[in-house]
Formats: sequence, C-alpha cells, structure tokens
Amino acid sequence: MSRKMSGTMTRRRLLAATTAGAAAALTRVPAPAVAAPAPFRVGLLTVKTGPLAAGGILMQQGVLTYLKEKNYRMAGRQVDLVIADTGGSPAGAKTKAQELIERDGVDVILGPLAAFELYAISAYVIAHKMPTLSLAAADNLTQRTPNPYLLRASATSSQASQPLGHYAATRLKLKRVITISEDFAFGYEQMGGFQAAFQRDGGCVVKKLWPPLVTPDYTPYLAQIADCDGVCQGFAGSNPLRFMKQYGSAGLKYPVVAGEAGADDFLLKSFGEEAIGLVSAAPYTLDLESDANLRFVHGMLKNFDAIPGQYAALLYGNCQVLDAGLTAAGGDSSDREKFMAALKAVRLTDTPRGPIRFDHLNNVIGTIYIRRLGKEGAKYGLKLWNKTVHTYENVSQFWTWPEKEFLAHPVYSRDYPPLTKC
Amino acid sequence: MTPRRAAIVAGIIVLIALPFAIGEDYYINIASQILLYAIFALGIDVLIGYAGLVSLGHAGLFGIAAYIIANVLAAGYGHTVAIVAALIGTLIATAGFAAVALRSAGITFIMITLALGEIIWGLAYRWISVTNGDNGISVTTRPMPFGLSLASPRGFYDATLIIFLLAMVAVAIFVHSPLGVALAGTRDQPRRMNALGYHVWMIRFLAFLFSGFLSAVSGILFVYYNEFISPQALALPASAAGVLMVIAGGAGTLLGPVVGSALVVIVQNVVSAYITRWNLMLGAIFVAIVIFMPEGLVPGVRRLVQATRRAAARRWPRAMASRLRSKP
Amino acid sequence: MNFWLLLTINSITFGGLLFLLSSGFSLIFGLMRIPNLTHGSMFMVGAYLGSTFLSGALGFTSDFWVAAILSAIEVAVLGALMERLLLRRLTGQPLAQVLVTLGVSLMVADLCLMGWGGDPISVETPAGLGGFVRAGPAVFPLYRMAIIVIAVVFAIALWLLLERTRLGAMIRAGVDDPQMARVVGIRVSQLFTIVFGLGAGLAGFAGMIGAPILSIYPGLDQDMLPLALVVVILGGTGSLLGSFVGSILIGFIYNFGQALLPELAYFVLFLPMVIVLVVRPQGLFGGQVL
Repeated sequence: MSRKMSGTMTRRRLLAATTAGAAAALTRVPAPAVAAPAPFRVGLLTVKTGPLAAGGILMQQGVLTYLKEKNYRMAGRQVDLVIADTGGSPAGAKTKAQELIERDGVDVILGPLAAFELYAISAYVIAHKMPTLSLAAADNLTQRTPNPYLLRASATSSQASQPLGHYAATRLKLKRVITISEDFAFGYEQMGGFQAAFQRDGGCVVKKLWPPLVTPDYTPYLAQIADCDGVCQGFAGSNPLRFMKQYGSAGLKYPVVAGEAGADDFLLKSFGEEAIGLVSAAPYTLDLESDANLRFVHGMLKNFDAIPGQYAALLYGNCQVLDAGLTAAGGDSSDREKFMAALKAVRLTDTPRGPIRFDHLNNVIGTIYIRRLGKEGAKYGLKLWNKTVHTYENVSQFWTWPEKEFLAHPVYSRDYPPLTKC
Repeated sequence: MTPRRAAIVAGIIVLIALPFAIGEDYYINIASQILLYAIFALGIDVLIGYAGLVSLGHAGLFGIAAYIIANVLAAGYGHTVAIVAALIGTLIATAGFAAVALRSAGITFIMITLALGEIIWGLAYRWISVTNGDNGISVTTRPMPFGLSLASPRGFYDATLIIFLLAMVAVAIFVHSPLGVALAGTRDQPRRMNALGYHVWMIRFLAFLFSGFLSAVSGILFVYYNEFISPQALALPASAAGVLMVIAGGAGTLLGPVVGSALVVIVQNVVSAYITRWNLMLGAIFVAIVIFMPEGLVPGVRRLVQATRRAAARRWPRAMASRLRSKP
Repeated sequence: MNFWLLLTINSITFGGLLFLLSSGFSLIFGLMRIPNLTHGSMFMVGAYLGSTFLSGALGFTSDFWVAAILSAIEVAVLGALMERLLLRRLTGQPLAQVLVTLGVSLMVADLCLMGWGGDPISVETPAGLGGFVRAGPAVFPLYRMAIIVIAVVFAIALWLLLERTRLGAMIRAGVDDPQMARVVGIRVSQLFTIVFGLGAGLAGFAGMIGAPILSIYPGLDQDMLPLALVVVILGGTGSLLGSFVGSILIGFIYNFGQALLPELAYFVLFLPMVIVLVVRPQGLFGGQVL
C-alpha cells in the first residue's frame, strides 16, 4: 500500500543483539573503574515500503554494515539503533520523526531518504535541535533556507546533475534534450540543475515530463518523447528499471543520461540490455578501486549478500562522519550546538566515495563520477557495470557558479529554470 | 443526578485530567489525534448511523478543509480568515458531493462516494500548482485563540478537547432534533417518509452538510496538528479508516465513533511500535468484530454487560435467600 | 502521429486489462449486491502469486501462461473460500460486508508485504512477445497487442458462458430478480460461491497479465480498485457489455488524460462516471447482463 492511512510503518528495535553477545563473551575483562557512558541512540528514518523501499532497505544495510564493523561502538559509547519506516511519504516522515525524538529520545537522526520527506520534517528538527544527517537531497536546506541542525554528507539533488549537464553538453555534444523525472522535489531539483548547467554550456531542454512517483505505466509519457537528440531521466528507487524497460520496448533509441539514482549500482543486477549505454553522474560509484570502498563493498556482501549502490554507501559515509564528529566532541553529544560544530568540522579521506569535507552551509564537497553502463569491467558476478569515464573533483553544491550568484536565483523547481525557445 | 449524567461528567473530568496523568508529550499527542479523528468519525456516523448511508469519500472533504487552510495561510492571510474559508469552502464542496451522491442509496452510494473521494485525492495528488502534489504544504504556525498558545502538546490537546466536546453536543442535539428523527425515519422507511410528505432528499442533504461540516472541523484540526498536509491524508485508506472507526465502535451511537477512533489510532501509533504487522492485526480486529460483535464494540459490550447483569439478577434472589436462611 | 497511435494502442490495452478486472467485479456486484472492496487485492495477489510461480521458488519453473492460469485458480479458490466462510453469514448486511471486505483487504495487503517485501517486482514479458512490430513509422509492442486479443477472447467466452450455458442462465436470472430466482429453485447459495470464485479468478488472472506492464508493488490493489469501480458504475452493474464498453472508455481517458491534462488526470478519469450518474443513474447498460 503506497497510499496508506499514514504509511505502512514497520519499525523494529535493533538492540544490538550481536553486540550484547559479543560483550558478554568479553566480560571476563575487569569492569572499568568509571561507569559506562549512556548508549548513543541513533534513529534511522528509512523507507521499507513503496517504490522507494529498495533504496531504503539499502540505507539500513549501509548503517548496519558500519555498526557491525565497529562492533556497535562510536567514540567509546555503545550504539542503540532505532529504525523507523516512513513509507516514503512526507506525512509518514513527520510521524516517525516525532516518534524517534519524543518517544525514543534519540541523540541523532540518520535519514530520511527523499527530499520531500526532509522538507516536511525540517522545521520540526530545528525546533527540537536534533542533529540530522540526511541522505535526502532537499537543496534549499543547505542553500537559501539553511537548517543549522542538518548536515548533508550525501549530495544536494543538483550536485551531481549539474556536472552531468556539463558533460552532456561538452563531451556527449547533446543539443536538444527532454527531461523526465518523478513529480516531486528531488526530481525538480535534479532536472533543474541539469538544465541550468546544460544550457549554460550550449544545450537546450525542449520538454520536461513529470510522471508521479507511482506510475504503473510510463507509456503516456514515452509517447511524448520525440524530436530531440537525448533524454535525461532522474528516476529514483526501483523506478529506473521500469522506465528503461518500457523505454526500450517503446522502440525509442535516443541516448539516455541519468541522475545519481537513475543508474544506481544496486540496479545493475536487474537492468537488462536496454540499459547499455546509459550515462550517469553520481557521488558514489561501485567502480572506485579504493581500500575504503573495497572494505565497504565486502562488508555489504558478507553481511547481506547485497551489492550496494549509493543509498548504502552514503549512509555508511554518514556513519563515518557521525563517528568522527562524536570522537572529536569527546563522546559527548549532549550539547547539541557543540556536537553540530564538531560534526561540521569533520574531514574524511577514507570514505567509500573518496574524500569529503563540508562547506559553511553544512553541505558536502566531494567527487562526482560520470559512468557509462556496459559490460566492461563487471565484477561481483554482475553482467553489467557502471564504468567510470570521467571524474569531477571537489564538486560543491554551487557547481562552478560563485555562491552569491547561485543563491541569487530561486531554488530549482518544476518551473525554474523555465523552458526557453531554442 | 442520573447514572448516565454522572458517567458523562466523569468522562469529561477524565478527559480534562488526562494530560496530567500521561505527562509524556508523545502520548498527549496521541490523545489529541484520537479526539480529532473522533470528530471525523462522528461526522461519518451521522450518515451511517442515522441515515443508513455509508460514505467512503469523507477524507476528501476532510482534505479540502486542510488544503484551504494551507493555501489561505500561504497567501498571507491570518488564521481566522483561513478557518472561516475552510469551513465555507468545505460546505460548498460537500453540497456538490451530496448532490451527486444522493442520486443513489445503498451500495451504489458507497461506490459513488468512494469515486468522489478519489477525485478529490486525484486533484490533491496531481494538481501541483495548487496543492504542491506529493511534496505537500507546510503550515508553520498554529492559531492563538484568545491569546492561548496551541504550540505545546498540552495547549493543543485542550483546544481539541473543547472542540470535540462541542461536536459531541452538536451531534447529540442534531440526533434528537426533529430533523434527526426524520433522518432516522428516512433510513428505516424511506418510502413511507416520502408518502408522509417528508422531503427525503432534502433531509438527507442537510444531514450530509452537517456531516461535511464535522469533517471540515477535524480536517482543520488535522492540518494544525501535523502542521503539514499531503495527498495521503485524503486517500481511500483514510476514508476507509473513518468508516471502520464508526462501524467497529458502533454505528448510530455517540460513543461508538470515539471508541473506534481510539482503537485505530492506538493500533496505528502505539501498537505499531511493538508489532511490525499491525496492519494485519487491524484487519483481523475488524473481521473479528463483524463476526463476534456485528453491531459494533459499544453496543456489543453494552449487550454483554446487560446480559451478565440479567444473569446475575436471576441468581441474586436465590443467593440472598440462601444467605438469609443461613443466618442464625 | 506516433504519439496518437502509441496512446491509442495503450488505451485499448489498458481497457482490455480493466475488462478482465471489472467483469468479475460487475458480476459479483450485480448478482450478489456485495460491495467487494477486496477486488483490487485479488488483482494484486494474482500478480504476486504468478511472479512466484515464474521465479521457480516453489521448486518448479512454469512458463508465463501456466503461471497466470495457476494463480487465477488459486485466487478463485481464495475468493470462493472467503465467500463461504465470511460473506455467506453477512447476506443483506452491507455495513458488515463493507467492514469485512475492507478488513480483509488490509490483511491481504500486509500479508503480501510480509511474503513478497516492499520492493516492486518486475515481471518479464512472456517469451516471444517482448519485441515490437514496426509498420512504417508506427511501432506496435507485441505484448500489448496480445493483451487486447486475450481480453477479446475472454469477453467472447464470458458471453458464451452467460448466453449458452445453464450456469449463465441462472446468473442472468439472479441478476434480474434474485427473489424470483430463488423461488424457481435456483440454488442461489452455490451460485454465489461459484460467481464469487469466478470473479476473483478473473481478477487474479488480470493481475498476472498486467504484471509485465504495471509491475507488482504494494499499493497496486488500491490503484486498481477505484478503476474497477468507475468502470462498473459507468457501464452499469451486472452488465458484461457495460464493463466492456466502460473499460475501453476508461482506458482511453486514463491514458490520454495523463498525457494531455496531467494535472487533472484523475479528475477527468472520474468525471464521466459522475455525468453518467446524473444523466443515467443505472449506468450505460444497467439492467442488462449482456
């Protein structure tokens, strides 16, 4: 049920049973002289039902992979994880955030997944001074209306799609592109970023299509794709699979470029031949041959037999930031302002996506990878693979625009940038 | 004071004292939700219980009120304007809704109201320029009636309680008014009522308006409670939840919708923390109610209590007699 | 050119799917006067079961069509059981029927979530029908054409069933005048179970047939139920011809509405129903079975 009374909400308390077991085995060690600090309570807002569930479950796996690696401890404190399922809706996110904060008394929130969820809870987390490390890419919350309690170690919606626009215009030499993406905030901001960068470098967006998040059949939209030389899709969750399949079976042949979620690595096992040639931009790529990434991927394979994509990788990265911030704060998260300051100051080099740091508006600066989907280089038993063909380093949320100039225009939306005649 | 009056007074005292007893904000909020959904269910009960018409589209009316509040506030007007606009706008929408739906009765009525509710949901979902679609609209402030702040869970609970009690009184008055009695007549004997010169359609129409008004009130409370509105709040499951509250609690009673609301809200918010498959449980509870207490929880429990009392009364004289005899 | 053609084909395809779904709904509604709010659930369960048969998780792999028929049979049995065990005792109590069917649909949705997870499942188009035929500039996706054929075949079969068989005669008599049917000695009780099972089976079959296009996801039940309702109210309850015409009409409105009036897509979807109710409350073909 995607449209439910208030989302199908399943939640589970994962009281670190494994850790308890491990700790019991180690209790032969003499008890420490000081009382153990209170557990560090982490709330995870994720999506376990609906079209975004595939990503949401990977988020949870990314967190668990990190916690298992660290034996459920951060900065010397035991970690209690409380998982809440928002059902992938803003209303569900609000209800579940209330539960985590008011009932479960968590110290920090990881998530939510979708931009429209984060917009819905933003005022609420500010009111409760709740540090929130989100995956959601609600651009404006680190731009024109910054939320001081939000730290985004993932990316804004447009952070990867702006370089994609540049790449599509300058390298792929596309001229006339039709964009298609879900009819919600993440879609608008992603496609807006693509359009702004693409048009600055000489391209032109000729039409924008917005199917709803749950669209059983894309044909009414596919029928409108004509008279262009490329398509940019910004689908999320498992929607890219159905879109690419129906795109292929409608006989369409225009090259397709995709946003960060549109060719996510976790979809590789399910894509068919129709997806070959898909060019995408993402803040994380499975293809990255670094120690940190290999450790993470092997952890995912060992724990869940799952091939991760960015949903898992970015949440794993969030945990790394959290751990480093908590350590820098001396394990003390009680003073929320100090804790936030410590989190903001974190700089890491060993995340699965490469080096990251934060700008003064709490948004990440990191590498964006351009990949081409094909058969070359496939690993982990996959038949298809996203091969990195280009990297943009130290990409900020403002792309190459000066911050002032960027913030002077409105947030990317359904109507901004407007369509122009070309 | 009759026992009935005493029970009512006691009930009100309990409701007023509840927040002090609970203490925790989270559970006070749950109590507010129960009350606001109870108002919604009361509105549906006016149609189900007294007119014999099951509407599966009332969440649409509820949603219209909420969206009007959000849009009027976003346009820069104050809370008073927003609330008045929401009440009037929802009444107009209800009139249109009723004009179409009342062309039928019985099962067809259920289907038509369901479809009408889906139209409103569809508009909320896709008419992006007005409703912002799936992204929803945030409402950032709650009103301050007479300078009282509703921002805290306590303040909001108290305001909801007052409105809830007013709604209960309004429904009680309505049910016992000539219009309410005539409405029950249209439920049981529509043809005879017609023959007696009653305007059946008009009676039903007025009842529908009253029911829509209560939906509007709960919709307004809902949007202020959540400070957010999105299409989900008016989708079919929300309408269905309202109907289930009424039928499960006991249609045609004042207390039934309240009990039904408490049941659904508690399972949804509290039980769901411990039981992952709470939806399954809710469904099973409804099926069980139909099988074991087809008249609903409130009348069902009343029946059981009376039956035990009668049984006790039958035993009582004998017991008394034996005790008397055993006295030295 | 391609735009209109593609949408037209898709409209008819979707109409065919809706016919499979709503013909059973219409029969149940027309004959038994039961507002069967589990009909969308039957569609979804059919699709989920079919995907399991296809996946080979049960120890044998079946081909697409076998899977569709197997899941149709299973859903038919489930439907018949539900009629026997639950709805049977609620004859003439529409309130209780609404509550029970809603309760069951809640349970079914949650059970599906439990059994198949929240992850949408995509189903491969059956072997040999994955491609498309090109005729000049036009493209005809094969599978969608196949659905149209299936819908027509089922329409004819159902028509023959109702027109030429004893069972059909009994159903028609029951829809026309239930009391009279009982008086003339039709075993209404058995008939109800059969019709309910048949309707459920058709819905389950439709679910599997629709799966390669719609995919299977939690919430599919609630996306389909209102469509079935609209078709039946538009076409007239209990009328086979009504569900056929209604399905095709809704298929067109659904597809063209989304493409041409995306913001009002749902509004225009339900508008014809409202108009029909105002002008002709019994539906376009109400009162006639065929």
